Amino acid sequence: MTPTLLDVADLDAGYGDFQALYGLSLQVGAGETIAIIGANGAGKTTLLRAVMGQVRVRGGTISYDGEDLSGVPTHDRVRRGMGLVPEGRRLFPSLSVEENLMIGGYGRRPGRWTIPEVLAVFPMLQPLLKRASSTLSGGEQQAVAIGRTLMANPDLVLLDEVSLGLAPVVVHRLYEALPQIVDGGTTVVVVEQDITLALDVADRVYCLLEGRVSLSGPPVDLTRDAITTAYFGV
Amino acid sequence: MDWVSALIQGILLGGLYALFATGLSLAFGVMRFVNLAHGDLAILAAYLTLSTTSSLGTSYWVSLLIVVAVMAVVGYVGQRGLFNFTLGVDPLPGILVSFGLGIVIQNALQEHYTATDRSIDLGPILTKSIRITDDISIGWFPLLTLGVAVVVLVALQLLFSRTRIGRAFRATADDPQTAQLMGINDRRLYGVAMAIAFAAIALAGFFRGARTSFSPSSGTGILLFAFEVVVIGGLGSIWGTLIGGIVLGVAQTMGNQASIGWDLLTGHLVFLLVLLVRPQGLLGGVRS
Repeated sequence: MTPTLLDVADLDAGYGDFQALYGLSLQVGAGETIAIIGANGAGKTTLLRAVMGQVRVRGGTISYDGEDLSGVPTHDRVRRGMGLVPEGRRLFPSLSVEENLMIGGYGRRPGRWTIPEVLAVFPMLQPLLKRASSTLSGGEQQAVAIGRTLMANPDLVLLDEVSLGLAPVVVHRLYEALPQIVDGGTTVVVVEQDITLALDVADRVYCLLEGRVSLSGPPVDLTRDAITTAYFGV
Repeated sequence: MDWVSALIQGILLGGLYALFATGLSLAFGVMRFVNLAHGDLAILAAYLTLSTTSSLGTSYWVSLLIVVAVMAVVGYVGQRGLFNFTLGVDPLPGILVSFGLGIVIQNALQEHYTATDRSIDLGPILTKSIRITDDISIGWFPLLTLGVAVVVLVALQLLFSRTRIGRAFRATADDPQTAQLMGINDRRLYGVAMAIAFAAIALAGFFRGARTSFSPSSGTGILLFAFEVVVIGGLGSIWGTLIGGIVLGVAQTMGNQASIGWDLLTGHLVFLLVLLVRPQGLLGGVRS
């Protein structure tokens, strides 16, 4: 594995009285593409939100580029090179498409991603720049959400359920852009319920079950039965 | 002709009411923060103008600039050091804290300045007017107040629509959690928003204090009118603030024209009518 960029160790996290993650550990190497799979409620989104500092960590540590992130607020994590494309896109409705992309560069680090670069990857956004983001289709919104996160020039991009609620052809088009994102050396963590898609794009896969890692390894090493057992727990 | 004059005076009065509401609207629009100390802070600014002039020997206009700057700093520090800790899903902590702050300000002003009515005497500008016809004239000071309100609101509109920090304000108002994912330090941003709101409050206090006399308890009226303007115009809407101010001002002067003393009654009735017919406000839901 390449040098570790993100190191999650014995992580306990949750919301209020509800604990969603139990002693979860995973490592992401620089330049890798990692897929996290698991059924609804397995803790995938909680994990990504904990990594970005948006869920309270009760135990364990999250380190990025060798530094412990305890107490580091979300906006500072972004400025250190971490980015999250949140589940449900979460575009800003009062901002146009162009403004959504511009606000993505608010905590901008030096790097290749600019609005023209994003449009080169997602050309369908070109005629939509002045439109209100709420008027876009789901696929277009997802492209804006990904482009918005890239605008900060992150070294690590976390993609949460990119395919959720989208037609397969649209999902295919979005995932076609992934190699162009990874090309620049960006590390990608994809949370995905579509197992086939996840196995296709990932260098390594982590399967979560009830807040714990139930299986991990490169896709070629994982059998269908092992994945089924790890995914459903039966 | 009296009715035309009343209409014009109402529009001009709307400028003052728009100034009353600007800070309240901004704080609510960006942070969903209901500042019940709003009116008392405006009166505090009026007293600070008096004190600055008497202690530094400056004109009231220079004192205004100093007080606006001081209030902006107070707003930033107050937001970072106090109000930020009250923000969350539940608006009640913010309401209670600002209510308490308003009481503290009122009592402190009473203690220091006594309950005697005071006013900011700007001299001839307060009485000079432009004569349009025998029955209609426009006072310079109300005209200046309306002009300042328009300039403030245009400046805010440009800030919100054209600048990086304006986009950050709008994004944070839409979805603070996702805004953090853009690298926006929302707590610091709230400080900047409250600094601008307090600067607007200082302007409101100054023009209120120059228009009529005031005492430490005068803030309650400012808060009431500011709420009515914000509700009439539409919560968080910049242009709604101006429209709301003018509607309230015209309603009051028309009411007074119909029967002397009806001004407050008709103002409140129009407020209730808007709340009944269009609860989102006249420009509520319209992007500023």
